[in-house]
Amino acid sequence: MAILEVNKIGKQFDATTVLHDVSFSLEEGNALAIIGSSGSGKTTLLRCLNFLETPDSGSIVVRGETLFDAAVPMKEQEKALRTKRLHFGMVFQSFNLFPQYTALENVTLAEKLLAKEREDFKQNKREIFSQIEKHGEELLDRMGLADRMTHYPHQLSGGQQQRVAIARALALKPDILCFDEPTSALDPELTGEVLKVIRGLADQRTTMIIVTHEMAFARDVSDQLIFMDDGMIVEQGDPRQVIDHPKEERTKQFLTRYAQG
Amino acid sequence: MFWSVTQTLLDGLLTTFQIFILTLVFALPLGLLLAFGSMSRFGPLKWLVDVLVWIIRGTPLMLQLIIIFYGPGLWLGHNIWSGNEAGRITATVVAFSINYACYFSVIFRGGIEGVPAGQREAGQVLGMTKSQIFFRVTLLQMVKRVVPPMSNEIITLVKDTSLARIIAAYELTFAGYSFMKSNGLTWPLFYTGVFYLLFVGVLTLLFNYIERRLDYFR
Repeated sequence: MAILEVNKIGKQFDATTVLHDVSFSLEEGNALAIIGSSGSGKTTLLRCLNFLETPDSGSIVVRGETLFDAAVPMKEQEKALRTKRLHFGMVFQSFNLFPQYTALENVTLAEKLLAKEREDFKQNKREIFSQIEKHGEELLDRMGLADRMTHYPHQLSGGQQQRVAIARALALKPDILCFDEPTSALDPELTGEVLKVIRGLADQRTTMIIVTHEMAFARDVSDQLIFMDDGMIVEQGDPRQVIDHPKEERTKQFLTRYAQG
Repeated sequence: MFWSVTQTLLDGLLTTFQIFILTLVFALPLGLLLAFGSMSRFGPLKWLVDVLVWIIRGTPLMLQLIIIFYGPGLWLGHNIWSGNEAGRITATVVAFSINYACYFSVIFRGGIEGVPAGQREAGQVLGMTKSQIFFRVTLLQMVKRVVPPMSNEIITLVKDTSLARIIAAYELTFAGYSFMKSNGLTWPLFYTGVFYLLFVGVLTLLFNYIERRLDYFR
């Protein structure tokens, strides 16, 4: 069974339809890349999955559990929203690290706050916190940032900041990790280190959705690829198939435009 | 003579200090409330707050002070501020609190809106509650943004307390002026200035310290 099923998601901003009946599913351990020009709805789709936007129609199902259904009044769904969000992790284009915390604190903050809701928190506080910190250190180590743990975000390069952001998103062990153009805000020479980390996650079969403009990267890393245009999925399938031999006219045009730069 | 002037000025300083502290105590929380009001999605509330801020910022504080002190007595037929020193100080604190709350509200609003939306969103996707996001993520960033303009406003408040003289509250400037009136002495006026300079000097050091403490992040 698919880990994620997105059924006919629709979203409008005022009179503009941003997403139009978007449906797809994703298998556990697979990486899905979403490509398309600016304004095609890629980012809005990702924001809907993380409940930063509320879809106007459709449903979102993770591991068979319906997290969102537009048919149910929002008031009833809002209560559990906070826990539902934890199924997804999000890495933003502009990192959005918390500037007043060190790299390690950025990674551990949410986990520590969540731990306070545990029943055994009072008795085992010290132990729980030291476990969380150990976990955070491991994650930063995996990101190649072992020597940057006590640095504040403004002391780090863009690529380092984005790697901290990835560690922060991984800390809560989400079912699905989402990337919203993770390298678009970076200087060209810094994209490599971030892409390498994402590639490493794909090798470890992390379930991921990656919105990206890095076509070659999408082709190499993803197991499944979606091309979006005008709020709709125009074409989806095997990444090599879609990028090297697109069937739809709009996909061909986009890829040609892209190749010409 | 020097000692008796010092004594009198210290008395005046006490009143000035009272007005200063009490105004901050009331105007800071009131300013935050007004800031939330002016960001409200409920139209009439936002409109009401915006009009209040416009009126208060658009008219002289001295005029507001006169109206608040003398108005009730003339309209209601009896003075709600008892005629003694305490009554005059109370009226001053009321007028100052309303006035400064309006200025503070604009600064607070700028501080709140200046924190990028991405900060809140990052907290949301990490499963934080609204209050966790406010206290753990946005508050300190807001404070950092607000300290420089607030220090300006608070230093202005120190000197604005001298306006209380208009309703005969016996504050620092009034105390210094009294020697000119009764003895024809001008040097106590300069001595009075030294009191203000020391007051503001201490505040400047305090704000510099706070800014330095918040300098570790950007």
